[in-house]
Amino acid sequence: MEYVIEMLNIRKEFPGVVANDDITMQVKKGEIHALLGENGAGKSTLMNVLFGLYQPEKGEIRINNERVNITNPNIANDLGIGMVHQHFMLVEPFTVTQNIILGSEPTRKSGKIDIKRAEKEIRELSDRYGLKVDPTAKISDISVGMQQRVEILKTLYRGANILIFDEPTAVLTPQEIKELIEIMHALIREGKSIILITHKLKEIMEVCDRCTVMRKGKGIGTVDVKDTNVNELASLMVGRKVSFTTEKTLANPKEVVLQIADLFVKDTRKVELVKGLNLEIKAGEIVGIAGIDGNGQTELIEALTGLTKAESGTIKLRGKPITNLKPRKVTESGIGHIPQDRHKYGLVLDYPIGENMVLQTYYKEPFSKGTILNYKEIYKKATELIQEYDVRTPSAYTKASALSGGNQQKAIIGREIDRSPDLLIAAQPTRGLDVGAIEFIHKRLIEERDKGRAILLVSFELDEIMDVSDRIAVMFDGEVVAELNPEQTNEQELGLLMAGSQVNGAGENQ
Amino acid sequence: MTTNRLISILIPIISVILGLIAGAIIMLISGHNPIEGYAALWNGAFGDQYTLGETIRRTTPYIFTGLAVAFAFRSGLFNIGAEGQVMVGWLAAVWVGLAVDAPMYIHLPLALITAAAAGAVWGFVPGLLKAKLGVHEVIVTIMMNYIALYSMNAIIRNVLTEKKTTTAEIHGSASLASEWLQSITYFSRMHYGILIALFAAIIMWFIIQRTSIGYELKAVGFNRHASKYAGMNVSKNIILSMVIAGAFAGLGGAMEGLGTYGTVSVMSGFTNLGFDGIAVALLGGNNAFGVVLAAILFGALKEGAGQMPTGAGVPTELVDIIIALIILFVASSYIIRWALLRFKKEGK
Ligand SMILES: Nc1ncnc2c1ncn2[C@@H]1O[C@H](COP(=O)(O)OP(=O)(O)OP(=O)(O)O)[C@@H](O)[C@H]1O
Ligand SMILES: [Mg+2]
Repeated sequence: MEYVIEMLNIRKEFPGVVANDDITMQVKKGEIHALLGENGAGKSTLMNVLFGLYQPEKGEIRINNERVNITNPNIANDLGIGMVHQHFMLVEPFTVTQNIILGSEPTRKSGKIDIKRAEKEIRELSDRYGLKVDPTAKISDISVGMQQRVEILKTLYRGANILIFDEPTAVLTPQEIKELIEIMHALIREGKSIILITHKLKEIMEVCDRCTVMRKGKGIGTVDVKDTNVNELASLMVGRKVSFTTEKTLANPKEVVLQIADLFVKDTRKVELVKGLNLEIKAGEIVGIAGIDGNGQTELIEALTGLTKAESGTIKLRGKPITNLKPRKVTESGIGHIPQDRHKYGLVLDYPIGENMVLQTYYKEPFSKGTILNYKEIYKKATELIQEYDVRTPSAYTKASALSGGNQQKAIIGREIDRSPDLLIAAQPTRGLDVGAIEFIHKRLIEERDKGRAILLVSFELDEIMDVSDRIAVMFDGEVVAELNPEQTNEQELGLLMAGSQVNGAGENQ
Repeated sequence: MTTNRLISILIPIISVILGLIAGAIIMLISGHNPIEGYAALWNGAFGDQYTLGETIRRTTPYIFTGLAVAFAFRSGLFNIGAEGQVMVGWLAAVWVGLAVDAPMYIHLPLALITAAAAGAVWGFVPGLLKAKLGVHEVIVTIMMNYIALYSMNAIIRNVLTEKKTTTAEIHGSASLASEWLQSITYFSRMHYGILIALFAAIIMWFIIQRTSIGYELKAVGFNRHASKYAGMNVSKNIILSMVIAGAFAGLGGAMEGLGTYGTVSVMSGFTNLGFDGIAVALLGGNNAFGVVLAAILFGALKEGAGQMPTGAGVPTELVDIIIALIILFVASSYIIRWALLRFKKEGK
């Protein structure tokens, strides 16, 4: 059989952990090959080894049957390997073209950069694969989905034949995911090969040919996707059976905790994105916000948490107005927030994970006495949370940046739930988590609900919204356009409402 | 983890050694004997009690300016303004030293506090402009340096003296000079300031590592968005960081005004104490104790340089070149880091 890439018996260690232990993975030409494994299993590490960012302690890599030594990403480029990272690497104030040509600029005879030629080439590439990217747009002005396509173009522009995607769909909306899948098919048609890391088993079933499974740094094996199913994949990777539907009892809502009336919020560019929103959440219920990205969800959350000022309207928590309070006051009045963007808001990546666990409480007893920090108490708390939420890290003293994406997320969730706030705002809480962790987090959210907390869940995953919420609020164009009972609706109806069409009978109230 | 720490300690040491080697090569090329040259440098810095005393005297303000740059840097701010903060601190200290009549236990602390306050004000302005209007602190601090220089000269000429270029000597009750220290160091100008400087380094370490204030300052330096999310007041922390940094540098100026000279003079250019502080902070890894060690090195190099022309016929400019080379090697530390990691790997 002909393999484009063979990674044989790879071993990679970090201080305190063996991230890859004797891993073998072989990719055939023209296939989409999935790489599946729990959070912290070592997937990103393995791909960083292939891309030349890390050097393996042991093992060999072969490209088209030739042994290669990939000591840095430039060599990977020359070998036709391109990588779209879990967290993008783009220069925000630059244009699409400037970002793509960075490091391999085409020049005229005079030595000047030939930007026109580059733009033309990029436009051609973009058309060929149906990427629809505008080469002259600035990175800071385009959506996350578009930025991802710029990363794809970057690899193609450098002549990549083998593309590595590290959790590309975690940051995309369902519509964008559909388009990305189209793009991947187009790439395969042009003779490229793809390695895809994803936690979404359905995606693997839909687009992949074969799948290599990892667990805790070890290789479990490679399976043909057509011979397997979602349940088998899940138990292969977690090592036990996983249930996909969340079991929960009926909610028992009590007094009103959050009351939003006639709220208007503008975004950073002064565009009004929340336009007269009304919503109530009661103690002991989970309200899920369904909506297409960009309909005001982010601005709503930022106004609730004090990160952005509301233009007008009122927000009340347990009857007390909290509109436009500072974030510290909002937190102290009883709101917890799992932010959508974990690297921007959720963590100080340069701090040890332990110190990140007290990000909102460091100044309070027992973590501080007066202004003196009590590290013993801080790390005691951190160690508890790390155990309870199964955050996989060599120790509480490890820098947050050294944790795998999913484990960073688990740490944030643990911290926010543990403060046991009256209202917990969970924005894309399970983004980047493996199926086992998702199951666990959903259970914890429901437990919190049963303890009488109010929970606001914002997610682009309709499955998650349908499974976990007790009530669904559909957001469109800055307003809640419908409130539905998850038992009495379906994805189709939700989809229509989210797109802004009125469904007859779908009551304003449930 | 531990290897990382080891590497951060090794890098400045290797940089210094490389700088010295490069200096030796330059001496060879220019026809001087590097062994004689370095022997003269060593003797000039540590050869006898006098030079030792002078080395310590020179080290004292470097500790303060190094702390001033390092402290701001820990909250992500680049304080190029230590220079101006030193000058206003120096001026304020001498002013109080001249104008107030009080017993020493009041006069000296008052002079020190005024100097710290003057430096703090000079840090506050760029901090405020950064926090509220987003004006880059590098630009504002550079402008503040010039404002300090020319205002100081104007005040000396027109307020503290009558059109003279040097003020009178401060009252003894505000002086840091010590006859005892002078007598055990063959009448060097060493003064009690070194104790205050070491104490300041401990203060910086304590604030940064042990208090919730330091936790906030560092968090703001690492990630402003997350700090805001966590409920920290980002503006307040930016201003606070610049104020504390300015106070350190202001005290550095007081060391010259109350310790070494006892006067303040009209200056035609900068003292360079503040600018060298940038190098001290960089070499010291922006860490309080690293700053102390780097300041000692700087003090020794500058003091020892005086001996090189007479002792070995090497021009003092060469010492400046060696210092510049050391800084160059520290600044390109990533090359050294890369080489070290490479070396570690081969060793395995
Ligand atoms: N730079 C690093 N320094 C130290 N340890 C690291 C580093 N990068 C990763 N690790 C550790 O290696 C292990 C594997 O991490 P990796 O990022 O490869 O996981 P992953 O499979 O991609 O997980 P996820 O699905 O959560 O993204 C983890 O235990 C992580 O803590
Ligand atoms: Mg990963």
